[in-house]
Amino acid sequence: MSQTFKLAFRNIGRNKTRSLLSILAVAVGMALLLLMAAVMEGEMRGALQSSMKLQSGHIQIRPASYDENKISLKWEDLIENPDQVIEKVKSLPQVTVATPRLMASAILTLSDQSKGVQVVGIDPASEANQPFRSGMVDGQFLQADDREGILIGQTLAEKLSLQVNDRVNLLMTTSNGDVDEQLFTVRGIYSTRIPSYDESTVFMPLAKAQAFTATANHASTIFVLLQTPEQAEPVAQALNSKNFKVLTWREQNALITQFEDFAGIALIIFYLIVLGITATVVTNTLVMAVFERTREIGILAAIGMKGRGIMAQFLTEAALLATGGVIGGLLIGGALVAYFTVYGIYIGDYGMTGLLFEDHIYAHLTLENTLTLTIVTYFTTLVASLYPARLAARLEPVEALHGSGA
Amino acid sequence: MEVTKVSNATRVFKIGEVETKALRGVNLSIGDGEFTALVGPSGSGKTTLLQLIGLLDQPTTGNVVINGQDATNLNRNQRADLRKNAIGFVFQFFALIPTLTAYENIEMPLLLNGTKPAERKKRVNEMLQAVGLTDRAHHRPDQLSGGQQQRVAVARALATNPKLILADEPTANLDTENGKQVMDIMQRLNKETGVTFVFATHDPRVIGYANRVVTLQDGLITKDSQSNGKS
Repeated sequence: MSQTFKLAFRNIGRNKTRSLLSILAVAVGMALLLLMAAVMEGEMRGALQSSMKLQSGHIQIRPASYDENKISLKWEDLIENPDQVIEKVKSLPQVTVATPRLMASAILTLSDQSKGVQVVGIDPASEANQPFRSGMVDGQFLQADDREGILIGQTLAEKLSLQVNDRVNLLMTTSNGDVDEQLFTVRGIYSTRIPSYDESTVFMPLAKAQAFTATANHASTIFVLLQTPEQAEPVAQALNSKNFKVLTWREQNALITQFEDFAGIALIIFYLIVLGITATVVTNTLVMAVFERTREIGILAAIGMKGRGIMAQFLTEAALLATGGVIGGLLIGGALVAYFTVYGIYIGDYGMTGLLFEDHIYAHLTLENTLTLTIVTYFTTLVASLYPARLAARLEPVEALHGSGA
Repeated sequence: MEVTKVSNATRVFKIGEVETKALRGVNLSIGDGEFTALVGPSGSGKTTLLQLIGLLDQPTTGNVVINGQDATNLNRNQRADLRKNAIGFVFQFFALIPTLTAYENIEMPLLLNGTKPAERKKRVNEMLQAVGLTDRAHHRPDQLSGGQQQRVAVARALATNPKLILADEPTANLDTENGKQVMDIMQRLNKETGVTFVFATHDPRVIGYANRVVTLQDGLITKDSQSNGKS
């Protein structure tokens, strides 16, 4: 066995440039796989985290008549006395934050411009607003007793050239079906780094939103955060009641899961293409080696080496190339992933209904992906060497000794 | 006792539609300890006969027996096993593995037949001494002269103590002095160890070493004569 390794190692060193190119092909292939897996994982993870942070929370408690396809302000479609519900929810030890929110559709108008937005009434003091509070780019965050102030996103501000203290008109349908309008003042501008969200979401204090839409002491949802997302299912079960719909982040983000499945298929196709190219390079290298070393194969056969011994020789060479390639792939891929984990890839406003993509994708490489892709690359290289190894093993000694037959 | 026996062997090569009869029914028996030369002009069939005896190729018809074992119906692996244990080869070109040192080249057949490390080391050193290359043990083929390489090949052929050594034009690529050295070593080892040598050649100086000369022409043995051989 050690002789096989010794011979394989020296054979690889015979044509250093060719061996290095093969190792580089495996390394670059694997680095690409790692980067793509990390980017896809980062994108999905980012979208999910953004959704949990900004939209879905870990759990939402909705009225029993809740329909995700429409925003209704009818009293029967709202939670009455949300504070009572919150008191009960907060009694569970896993719950860290529970806050009422009221959603309403509105048209924001400014001189001759108008824009459809979603108004979210929030309790400004709640911890759940931390992403918006920490994302303030200008002005002040809302106060609970502010009767005229709103927060708008940076993208909306840029599109409508709005600044802090500018006045805008909001047109909303109330709970009884009337349309009401009022002038508001832009108190602050926030950024979540998700352009589609920042363009379409306007915040105002819950009390003002309730007053404006005639939904006093009502909320569309109770937004709940837990210690960990994994606690969502047991907590949802504990809160289950016929009066409410308790939705976990998983149920609310089914679209992300579906998108992830679709992206997973695209990723597999990408893997197959990259691995196919890598395998072709390895096969080509080893076939060339078989042709070059036909006479040596004949000598080994003549002194009694069996076909499987010759095959093992070439497979060992492939294993060494694969090991070099995988190490190189981990180094190159690791460096690329590290860079894009810190600096991200700018994608701009990649708006997709129901999905919250930040303007940057930050790569995220999991241990599972690293191990899987390392093993897959290694074995693909070995599989790619099977053909040349069999070619060498099947050479007739007498033909091989004359340098022909391969 | 016979080391090898070839009976009614023919070998027909077919290239496209063209058939070439390299051997046309050869009968040959080689006894233990012989130092036999197969001679004849190019294309007479001596290399083909050597390859059949060495189980590197199979006869179209007829059979080959090695150490009393009929090799006719052996598969590839069985033939490889028989080669490994019973036959050593010296080729016209210096058939060494270029990435291995002289020591490692001689060691290779011993590794293949599973010789234990201590015994392997002893045997390789004996063989290096026998061919006068102890000081070149750790040189690779490209650091050795043609004559030295061929002596390594002889040492490798003898390493596993085979009954039979087959040499195909062993001096064809060597100058007179190196050719003589190689033949002297082969003859000495034949006498000292009793191992049988069969070599194909058309070099009259090499033929002079043989104690039996088998002449082939057009795929047939035309003459089989005893000779005293050089001493």
